[in-house]
Amino acid sequence: MPTYNININGKSHQVDADADTPLLWVLRDDLDMPGTKFGCGIAMCGACTVHLNGNAVRSCSLPVSAIGSNEVTTIEGLSENGDHPLQKVWIEQDVAQCGYCQTGQIMNAAALLKQNPNPDDAAIEAAMKGNICRCGTYVRIKNAIKSVAKA
Amino acid sequence: MTANHLKFVTSHGRRQFLKASVASAGGLMISFSWLGTATAMDESKDSTPVKLNSYLYVAPDGTITAMVPNPEFGQNVMTSMPMILAEEMDADWSHIIAKQAEYQPDEFERQFTGGSQSIRRGWQSLRMAGAGAKHMLLMAAAAKWQVPTAQLTAKNSVISHTATGNSATFGELAADAALMQLPSDITLKANTDFSLIGQSQTNVEGHKIVTGKPLFGIDYKSKDMLIAGLVHAPAFGKTLKDADLASIKEMPGITDAFILESTTPDYVKSYFDTSAFTKIVAIVGEKTWSVIKAKRALKAQWEDIKTHKEPLNRFGTMTEITVPGGLESTSEHRKQMEALLESELPILRTDGEPDKAFANAAKVLERTYYAPYLAHNTMEPMNFYGHVTKDGVHVAGPLQAPGMISPWVAERTGFSQDKVRIEVTRMGGGFGRRAYSHYLVEAAAISAQVNRPVKLIYTREDDMTNGIYRPTYMVRFKAGLDANNRLIAYQVDGVGVPEHSIHEHRFPAGAVDNYLARGDAIESNITTGAFRAPRSNFMGASEQTFLDEVAELAGADPIDFRIALFEKALSNPVGEKYDYDAARYAGVLKLVREKSGWDTMPASMHKGVAAYYCHNSYAAHVVTTTVKNGLPKADKVFSALDCGVVVNPIAASNMVQGAVVDGIGNAMYGEMTFTNGQPDKQNFDRYRMIRIDEAPASIDVHFVKSNIDPTGLGEPPFPPIFAALTNALYQQTGKRFYEQPLIKQLEQS
Repeated sequence: MPTYNININGKSHQVDADADTPLLWVLRDDLDMPGTKFGCGIAMCGACTVHLNGNAVRSCSLPVSAIGSNEVTTIEGLSENGDHPLQKVWIEQDVAQCGYCQTGQIMNAAALLKQNPNPDDAAIEAAMKGNICRCGTYVRIKNAIKSVAKA
Repeated sequence: MTANHLKFVTSHGRRQFLKASVASAGGLMISFSWLGTATAMDESKDSTPVKLNSYLYVAPDGTITAMVPNPEFGQNVMTSMPMILAEEMDADWSHIIAKQAEYQPDEFERQFTGGSQSIRRGWQSLRMAGAGAKHMLLMAAAAKWQVPTAQLTAKNSVISHTATGNSATFGELAADAALMQLPSDITLKANTDFSLIGQSQTNVEGHKIVTGKPLFGIDYKSKDMLIAGLVHAPAFGKTLKDADLASIKEMPGITDAFILESTTPDYVKSYFDTSAFTKIVAIVGEKTWSVIKAKRALKAQWEDIKTHKEPLNRFGTMTEITVPGGLESTSEHRKQMEALLESELPILRTDGEPDKAFANAAKVLERTYYAPYLAHNTMEPMNFYGHVTKDGVHVAGPLQAPGMISPWVAERTGFSQDKVRIEVTRMGGGFGRRAYSHYLVEAAAISAQVNRPVKLIYTREDDMTNGIYRPTYMVRFKAGLDANNRLIAYQVDGVGVPEHSIHEHRFPAGAVDNYLARGDAIESNITTGAFRAPRSNFMGASEQTFLDEVAELAGADPIDFRIALFEKALSNPVGEKYDYDAARYAGVLKLVREKSGWDTMPASMHKGVAAYYCHNSYAAHVVTTTVKNGLPKADKVFSALDCGVVVNPIAASNMVQGAVVDGIGNAMYGEMTFTNGQPDKQNFDRYRMIRIDEAPASIDVHFVKSNIDPTGLGEPPFPPIFAALTNALYQQTGKRFYEQPLIKQLEQS
């Protein structure tokens, strides 16, 4: 089994994993980072969204062998104390219902705002379309992103 | 509140749980023998919380642990139930720590999340627990200061005696309070004295959710835990014959592979023990990815099941169900339902002379509606942790009904139920699916076999193809109008696989002089069950779409048309009974009419309305539509709900918004089909779920102000949104919608 050194949340981690192991399962099984969620395994739901060099990617479909020296950020590393503006507004506006998809939603929204600090409705929808919320929190997700963009 | 709301006796197992009677002071007098007894603390000043009753523990530092008996799946009980406790206790909300209770039938009454009943059925117990704890603290203060309890006041976790200037915190009094013997009667607050109930509180688990803390079953871990996966038959109507286990066991990272039978031969299943695939292959390994790869590599042989009968314990009544052999297909189901509709269906209710009335009607409208199976598709796939040792069973994970699954796992593992510990985690969605927790039994059985703790994880494909689906239904309505456009005859015929959708005493029963309801069902081996009010959501969709067309035929405004029927049910009811409150039903329509500006919307706006009553609460929606990317879609939604007292307005509003989006999503896109027993959709690439750009732009939620004891919100707002959408789409497109998913018809036109 090959060994990989991957950079996650600013720290280097050494993991032994098959080359085709999705980053999702490395995070969850090997590195004890459960914030990145398993939803579909085929990059169709967004629950497993992390950042790769700041871009939102689906970790369920990213093999550990493809990461190389790229920097991975997970929900655990998005902010120091869970106080990223999106995390704060998500709590204030009570966005979540069951909450399972929300770390993926926040990671996706954070990548969007980094590239486009003031997205309009169409830009938010285009960026967030890949993230399913089965509870139906979309209206609040959109409002929360707009609140951070305005601030 | 009226007196008859309060005259009740609830019993719990061996013990009488509570009696209530009306108090003269406007509050509610309660007498009870409390379930969980208080625990006295020794004099040492440690920080251990003191148990005042099953629900409430107070630590010397003032921290109050509020136990939440019902499983949380996004309906917000983790916040709203502690709010009820804190209200009666007069606790400072910031001192409360909410904790999900394990399954403890000796401590709590009804640890079941389903049927929109958590708050409704928990309301009195939670209030009593809060009031009881407060009274013990008051008694402790009274004893300490040698004053009568009646002279004491409690506020924000502090008890004060104005005359002497004494005050003490709950934390300071807790140890003494635990020694107090509650009197047989104490008073609950009058609704007008509520200061926390009715004030929005954000989710107590909000921070954990947004920071990705381990909350969900799939996050559960223990030392030495292995990961397990299952392979079930690829089609309903098939079962495992044999599998090449040897080659799987040789795969890297795999520790075991074996054939698992989740039931024992003598076990009689109960209502929630539904599971089509009880003979399966279990694969166990160190890591999830190894297990997934082994599952994909497995070569197994399957065989057809034969038609057989299974005993079923239906809530204490022994019945027998037939599980037919054969490989079923959606196209066949449809033909079977069409044929059944043409047969003489069993009559469920008759009022007046429907045949004669239809013959004499000036206008008759007949329409047939169809909806496919739906898969729940909770975002967190089914999973459970199991650890079986020689001493007993420990399971942990996401489930709605721990008490329902306890007998099965006990039987399967050979322990008595008191040796089964069920830990309840937050659920990544439920919608009815996790009331059927066969996966818990599977996890325990795997652990017993491998002698290690295991976490069983379903992949999305496992989850979608081993469903307890919303049944497929068909219903035919017939309405007769007289020369004055009054509804004089109404007939509803329902069929479905494996159940029909008719509640014969529901609206418009009671409001139409000549009424006929009939229904019948077709047996199937495809497993179905609860899905956010399965029959109601189909009837909300079909009946309310039909009534819109009837109102149009009558030349009436669709709200006026419905309200006239409710007035008839109130003033001159037909038949011996009907099971809705016509005034409250009309009330939500009136509220949504006002809040949406129904009567003053410009003609250029396309709008639809619908209302429905189920699971004790009333809901109405108005939807407006717009065109986006060439297709019509819901734009603005206005919702009106009557669920009695609203405990936590922000969370209640969230529930309604969620039901609206979920309903629009399922109406537009929801569909599971089968070909030769095989689910045609296995993941989100083919099973279309509503996405952010397809949700309405706004959902404006309003509640009827009420002092009636609270009822639920999980199901009630869901059924009527389907028809509010179709009725608005009709205004937009000029086309009526008789089949779900709506997207098929929209894309054709």
